[in-house]
Amino acid sequence: MVIAPGPDANDLSMGLERMIEAVGLTKRYGAKTAVYNLSFQVRPGTVTGFLGPNGSGKSTTMRMILGLDRPTSGHVTIGGHPFRRLPNAPRQVGALLDAKAVHGGRSARNHLLSLAQLAGIPARRVDEVLGVVGLQDVARKRSSGFSLGMGQRLGIAAALLGDPQVLLFDEPVNGLDPEGILWVRNLMKALAAEGRTVFVSSHLMSEMALTAEHLIVIGRGQLLADMSVKDFISANSADFARVRAPQTEPQQREKLMVALAEAGGQVMSEPDGALRVTGLPLPRISDLAHDAGVRLWELSPHQASLEEAYMRLTQGAVDYRSTDDQRAGLMQQPPMGYAPPPVVIPEVPQQGWYAPPPPGHNPYAAGPGTQPAGPPAAPAPAPAPADLSKSEDAR
Amino acid sequence: MTTAPYQQGPQPQYQQYTSPIPARRAHLGDALASEWTKIRSVRSTMWTLGVMIVLMVGIGLLAAVAVSASDADMQGESVLVLGFYGVLLGSICVVTLGVLTIASEHGTGMIRTTLTACPSRGRVLLAKSIVFFLLTFTVTTVTAALVAVLQAGLVGSGTTTGEEWLRATVGVGLFIAVLGLLALAVGALIRHSAGAITVMIGLMLLPLVAAMFMFSESLVDVRQVLLDYSIPSLLVAFYSDAGITDTGPEGWTSLGILTGVTAVALAGAFYALDRRDV
Repeated sequence: MVIAPGPDANDLSMGLERMIEAVGLTKRYGAKTAVYNLSFQVRPGTVTGFLGPNGSGKSTTMRMILGLDRPTSGHVTIGGHPFRRLPNAPRQVGALLDAKAVHGGRSARNHLLSLAQLAGIPARRVDEVLGVVGLQDVARKRSSGFSLGMGQRLGIAAALLGDPQVLLFDEPVNGLDPEGILWVRNLMKALAAEGRTVFVSSHLMSEMALTAEHLIVIGRGQLLADMSVKDFISANSADFARVRAPQTEPQQREKLMVALAEAGGQVMSEPDGALRVTGLPLPRISDLAHDAGVRLWELSPHQASLEEAYMRLTQGAVDYRSTDDQRAGLMQQPPMGYAPPPVVIPEVPQQGWYAPPPPGHNPYAAGPGTQPAGPPAAPAPAPAPADLSKSEDAR
Repeated sequence: MTTAPYQQGPQPQYQQYTSPIPARRAHLGDALASEWTKIRSVRSTMWTLGVMIVLMVGIGLLAAVAVSASDADMQGESVLVLGFYGVLLGSICVVTLGVLTIASEHGTGMIRTTLTACPSRGRVLLAKSIVFFLLTFTVTTVTAALVAVLQAGLVGSGTTTGEEWLRATVGVGLFIAVLGLLALAVGALIRHSAGAITVMIGLMLLPLVAAMFMFSESLVDVRQVLLDYSIPSLLVAFYSDAGITDTGPEGWTSLGILTGVTAVALAGAFYALDRRDV
């Protein structure tokens, strides 16, 4: 697919593409399916973002890549080898899985020293990485006293110890201050620019939009999208027009809504009384308003943000997960949560995922043929969500 | 699946990153160094072994002082048997440390970091076992020898033979270290510190306690077996040819029995660690 591993995959010292490749990866915990039939590749030289809502199977996938969890079926390789059969694994793969996965009673330096010794890495490398992550001043303090951000830095230091070609980071910016987030972002880019494979999971689209060049999006353990950030935006975000009729005359507004709907546009109300119109070009909206005798206070083009595109993409997965919730029955019925048919009632609470329907068929929408514009239909027979306790939202 | 757009067209050839740090394969020696760093850099090691030394020396001296003050007759027993009580209590500390050595890694999630740095799980467990065994063996043997010398000085060694000295020092050190390895194996199987420590203490004390309350005629055989082969009974065999009972194993035999049990538990731990998700 990407750059296939050369025939002599054993020759690891040569310029072999040491990417991550998952094929049909499936993981079940008893009756629960955390990851289902996941196939993707991660290529070197770029930061690849691994996105999904909480509990979508990101960490499980990361653990399977690292050979910590055994896939129920399928396999995943790094540079053509399963992790546990990788020659000299710690020098080729570094990982930050959980910032708190350290013995709290051990000092930062001793923690890293034990890992360096285990991997056969010279001890002076420990002081180097402590400097890289900025923990040199607290190197001899017990890590139990560390904040979450300091824990993340310690975890990143552990990942960098072996100076590896492949780096995996699970939620690296959790708990970091803005300066730390910026540092991580630049670090990832710098690592990728050196030709390394950088695979970063996050549930924050906004963060990934700034860091990653390529995106792998999963929901409910299944692949939703595998594309570059640029393509992801154009495929998933929809342009819309914001139209505002004079607020002093509500009947004008309704007249405009009817006219736009008759012309084939999709109209949704915004909380402040403006209208979101999709499916009609701006000049046509203007003409229709003119024909209906409605004055316009605003007619402006907008593009849905990446966050909205991501929300819409994963919405089915998220809704599915919330069926245990008391409100689940209410959320299933009307489109867009509590929003009644848009033509009838103008006022709708603005929600984070309030987004226009996508343009045309969206191959990445959750469930076969399910358009997010319609009611988030009961998801196709899909694996149950992974209800793994984890600290993704530990901030 | 999706066909990602980047897959179309010619791929830019990326310069593969190669680390300037010379790479060499890690081996068991590296894992041993790592485990030594780990075991010496947590406070639980110092505390458990420190408490064990205090218990062994303190109780051993108290017993010796009591015997010498009362001019009690040792009834042909060696003076070394006075060290038994301290070792029995001290063994609980070793068991605790044995469990913590592995279970604390599972409890904190450190095991995932460790196994990422060394995918060979058997090597990690082997290194842990070796480091822990050598540490506890050394500490126990040295402390037991110190206590024995003090006791002999206070009470008088009498007719104690060299073989008895060997059993009461090196033998006891080996026995306690193997008992600690059993705890390590149980810790690796249960992966939960408190649970594993409870299991181990139950394993050490329950057979003896249960046997004390088996008054029924029909249970006489069971009672005898429990009395003969409970862990305190096995331990006392290093001090006295008589033991708690007359029928129990003697001397080095008890070490063999415990080693056999520990070997089975460790084999289970190796298998479980290799197969299970961590």
